[in-house]
Amino acid sequence: MLFEDMVLGRSFEDMCAQMYYRGKMFGFVHLYNGQEAVSTGFIKYLKEGDYVCSTYRDHVHALSKGVSARAVMSELFGKATGVCRGQGGSMHMFSKEHGLLGGFAFIGEGIPVALGAAFKTKYEKEVLKNDKADAVTVAFFGDGTCNNGQFFECLNMAALWKLPIIFVVENNLWAIGMSHYRSTSDPEIWKKGPAFGMPGVHVDGMDVLKVREVALESIARARRGEGPTLVECETYRFRGHSLADPDELRKPAEKAHYAARDPIVALKNYLLEHKLADEAELKSIQKKIDDLVEDAVDFADASPLPPRSQLLENVFADPKGFGIGPDGKYRCEDPSFTAGTAQV
Amino acid sequence: MTVRDALNSAIDEEMSADSKVYLMGEEVGEYQGAYKISKGLLQKFGPDRVLDTPITEAGFTGIGVGSAFYGLKPIVEFMTFNFAMQAIDHIINSAAKTNYMSAGQISVPIVFRGPNGAAAGVAAQHSQCFAAWYGSCPGLKVLSPYSAEDARGLLKAAIRDPDPVVFLENEILYGEAFPVSAEVLDPSFVLPIGKAKIEREGTDVTVTAFSKMVGYALKAAEILEKEGINVEVINLRSIRPLDRATINQSVRKTNRLVTVEEGWPQHGIGAEICTSVVEESFDYLDAPVERITGADVPMPYAANLERMAVPQIEDIVRAVKRACSRSARGK
Repeated sequence: MLFEDMVLGRSFEDMCAQMYYRGKMFGFVHLYNGQEAVSTGFIKYLKEGDYVCSTYRDHVHALSKGVSARAVMSELFGKATGVCRGQGGSMHMFSKEHGLLGGFAFIGEGIPVALGAAFKTKYEKEVLKNDKADAVTVAFFGDGTCNNGQFFECLNMAALWKLPIIFVVENNLWAIGMSHYRSTSDPEIWKKGPAFGMPGVHVDGMDVLKVREVALESIARARRGEGPTLVECETYRFRGHSLADPDELRKPAEKAHYAARDPIVALKNYLLEHKLADEAELKSIQKKIDDLVEDAVDFADASPLPPRSQLLENVFADPKGFGIGPDGKYRCEDPSFTAGTAQV
Repeated sequence: MTVRDALNSAIDEEMSADSKVYLMGEEVGEYQGAYKISKGLLQKFGPDRVLDTPITEAGFTGIGVGSAFYGLKPIVEFMTFNFAMQAIDHIINSAAKTNYMSAGQISVPIVFRGPNGAAAGVAAQHSQCFAAWYGSCPGLKVLSPYSAEDARGLLKAAIRDPDPVVFLENEILYGEAFPVSAEVLDPSFVLPIGKAKIEREGTDVTVTAFSKMVGYALKAAEILEKEGINVEVINLRSIRPLDRATINQSVRKTNRLVTVEEGWPQHGIGAEICTSVVEESFDYLDAPVERITGADVPMPYAANLERMAVPQIEDIVRAVKRACSRSARGK
């Protein structure tokens, strides 16, 4: 299951790169290659009903959480069948059904929002008296974010109010071209947890089994009501920050070092060594995923672009929010409103 | 009823009616509210529903937004909207845009409220009017009450609304009392969002205003009445959506328009209203649109300078007279 999920993440992202260079995808695309162990290691051990909040590097978090490859690929192509009907794009994946809170472009923006979802669990339990409320929230963000004020504000409030959240730092050592060591006074991020009153853990983010161990413990801790945990995962992105990044500042020796610790290869070797699977099985999983990703591309290709009338939709949950038209009636009652020809 | 009591009773009633509504902000609990708007609420609803936050606007606004994603209904109080600038990322990017970005999956039923605009002697960083900035953002509803009736009806509507609402109050108005009817005191009293109110009917010129400036416009209208000019005063109530229908209908009747606001002139509320009227009622205008705004400077501290930096009743009177004398036909 872990192998399949990581292979899905990797194959999907590789396909994204291909599609981008063929012009099917556009704008900002940030790929997750190399970091799969973190996403898989945490998200696969969440329950349905738990929440995940991500950043702009969110494709694989969405896939691990259960959003279909077809829905994600269509969203990237900007089609109406995408998870956000083409209105969000690569950086803004939301899925209410799967508890995916986004998809945020500003670093640090997702952390307070994730904390809000954790707050909701506590509120449900204590105010709405729902004993079954035990949803846990996982917030993913990078090393660059750990220097941002919102991060510290949230560490404080999470510990202060004992909220069921896990702060997962995907420390891939680089924030675009800014090395973690050049921008951070104390580069050991896990240490910042105890300063605020929560445990801080450092784990090898290239080893999915080690990530799993930490994940299980921190998720159980949060679910028991013992409060937040800060987990620093040492990981690496094999590609540039985004598909537009020439990636010139990272040294080849560093890249080679981490390429040798590829999480998928590591798990594969482990499975084979411990006779938990054989080559044929793993090959068939790879093939299954390849077919799934191909199918996702075909589906996305064949899907329609959003219709013109979709432009004005979904700005407000209550469409009367567009106000009152010159005829004195609410604008949303004008039949040409959703055809995209109404004057607003 | 004072505006303060109107706001307090509105929050009280909505929190009693729906247990998903909660209040959070600095000093809202034990201090009874920085401006005493939340007086008594901590005692009534307890610390789980009236949350005193640390001084972390970005953090707690984000928490409010995140909890609203999945169905809670937070009221986030900013001590003044100036401080909301530290949280504006969450107001715009995580609240206003989310319903659109998620294609309708996730709506954000949150209210951001607090005093807006100039107070008395609080100087540049505490006196900015944010109506124009928030009013330009799709995905937000922006309200600005004047009277106690407005405060009650609009705040209740805002709390019940499924979209993010920016509720711009005014510190000076908190203590002002207005007569209220029994209907207004009823717990199910709500005012519609997006509808302006004609506070005073008139025939010669339309004056639009919101918040404290409505009071000034009404006083100016009384002065002008004695000089034979009959002013129609529109209380906008809703900055976004702007009630263009009511404004245009009024201008088509009076043929002249003066817009009043406390905020800065460039890209202000008056600019938008003027354009709306030019677009829809150009042929009905007998004179160019006049706009009265705050001075194009950060708010000075000295009392006499501050007085010069915001519109006063004399300014409104003068502008109305100018609008009435500049016309091809003369009236």
